[in-house]
Amino acid sequence: MPTSPKTIPPISPPRWLLAELTYACPLQCPYCSNPVNFSGIKSELSTQDWKRVLSQARAMGSVQLGLSGGEPLVRKDLAEIVDHARTLGYYSNLITSGYGLSLARIQELKKAGLDHIQISIQASDATLNNYIAGTDCFEHKREVAGWIKETGYPMVLCVVIHRQNIDQMQNILEMATELGADYLELANTQYYGWAKLNRDYLLPTREQVESSERIAQAYKKKPGVKGKMKIYYVVPDYYEDRPKACMNGWGTTFLTIAPDGMALPCHAARELEGLNFPNVNENSVSDIWNKSTAFNQFRGDDWMQEPCRTCPEKDKDFGGCHCQAFLLTGDATNADPVCSKSPHHGVIEQAIELAVNFAKPETSPKVFVRKRQNSKALERD
Amino acid sequence: MSDQIKSTSVFQFSKENRLQWEPTQNKHVILYPEGMVELNTTSAEILKLCDGKHSLNEIVSELEKKFSATGIRSEITDFLSVAIEKNWVSLKT
Repeated sequence: MPTSPKTIPPISPPRWLLAELTYACPLQCPYCSNPVNFSGIKSELSTQDWKRVLSQARAMGSVQLGLSGGEPLVRKDLAEIVDHARTLGYYSNLITSGYGLSLARIQELKKAGLDHIQISIQASDATLNNYIAGTDCFEHKREVAGWIKETGYPMVLCVVIHRQNIDQMQNILEMATELGADYLELANTQYYGWAKLNRDYLLPTREQVESSERIAQAYKKKPGVKGKMKIYYVVPDYYEDRPKACMNGWGTTFLTIAPDGMALPCHAARELEGLNFPNVNENSVSDIWNKSTAFNQFRGDDWMQEPCRTCPEKDKDFGGCHCQAFLLTGDATNADPVCSKSPHHGVIEQAIELAVNFAKPETSPKVFVRKRQNSKALERD
Repeated sequence: MSDQIKSTSVFQFSKENRLQWEPTQNKHVILYPEGMVELNTTSAEILKLCDGKHSLNEIVSELEKKFSATGIRSEITDFLSVAIEKNWVSLKT
């Protein structure tokens, strides 16, 4: 593992651990955050590997655990992993499409000590939901939501928002109420991986963004909603003036372990070329977090170029998202082009301008769904 | 909210949150879906007594003893009303 010789600021522990248990998934969402080349990544950590990783990270202070994928339910050892996490004192969150989940499996996971379930729904009606998911799953998801409540779990309902469903905002909010969601995450698509490939199909127009946010904010204040359902509205960063403080700062809080054991400062970082991310099969979590070149790459501000280097806001947003800088400018040390101070901000403005055209039915581009064949086709290119 | 809190009120820590000691942080935290709040010593001691048994009177006198302090009733009541608002605890009676 390459280790970093440069001086770095004090390192805080990885409080949040995201365990991507598998890239396998029965759904085909065109905004999937998995790498576009997932079909070429075949190895998966064993049950024992995951237990070791969980133990090592917990000893460093990790406490929030996300069990994700792909679809984590595909792993037959999920309950065993959950059980280990509970014994260690994690607060464990299952992040699932709900596909294939039964009441018996929820009860099994509850018994193992799972703390909460986040279920995703793709739209407020079956036709669009099933089209986006590439799977006939809408009615089943609604059923699963009922079982989650029945089992006494707090329920987080996650709806990824994009141009195809953003105009359903009011219906989505009402569906969340009807399903008894305790938390509703309205997560505007972030354009990495598959979502970047499908950006012209997914990016909403400014008008859509503004109108949907107004609807969501008004709904928050409604009697019967306020104090009952917490609504998180994740803004689409393309429409912001300043970049997000991505991952609360690189290597400060979040640690992702990919299905094959690759350790990443964020689940999208696999797309960053040349960083040589370490693997938990070869290194301890502590060495990876504290000593690896990859995790130290963007700690502090030595790496920054202008306009970030002298920017008074650099301690607030840490230069934004490095994956976005890499994907849109070819250099991860550039400012996130979402920032209006970035000399590359034009690429964002251009995408926004094009979204107006692509929103017209006659010029709407085709969707490129997340499935194994498509991933393989990309590898051949 | 603090109007609802009486000296005989009993509080119950929420089932949907978890109050836990974190050795690496050397403090108590509240864990909930996708979030965490770090607590100072006093807040943690109050919440530990939100066990469905202790009344406000009892919580006040326990903490006065623990911290050798007096006149902390209003501080405790204020914190509890915030805790109710955040759904960390519920008012049992």
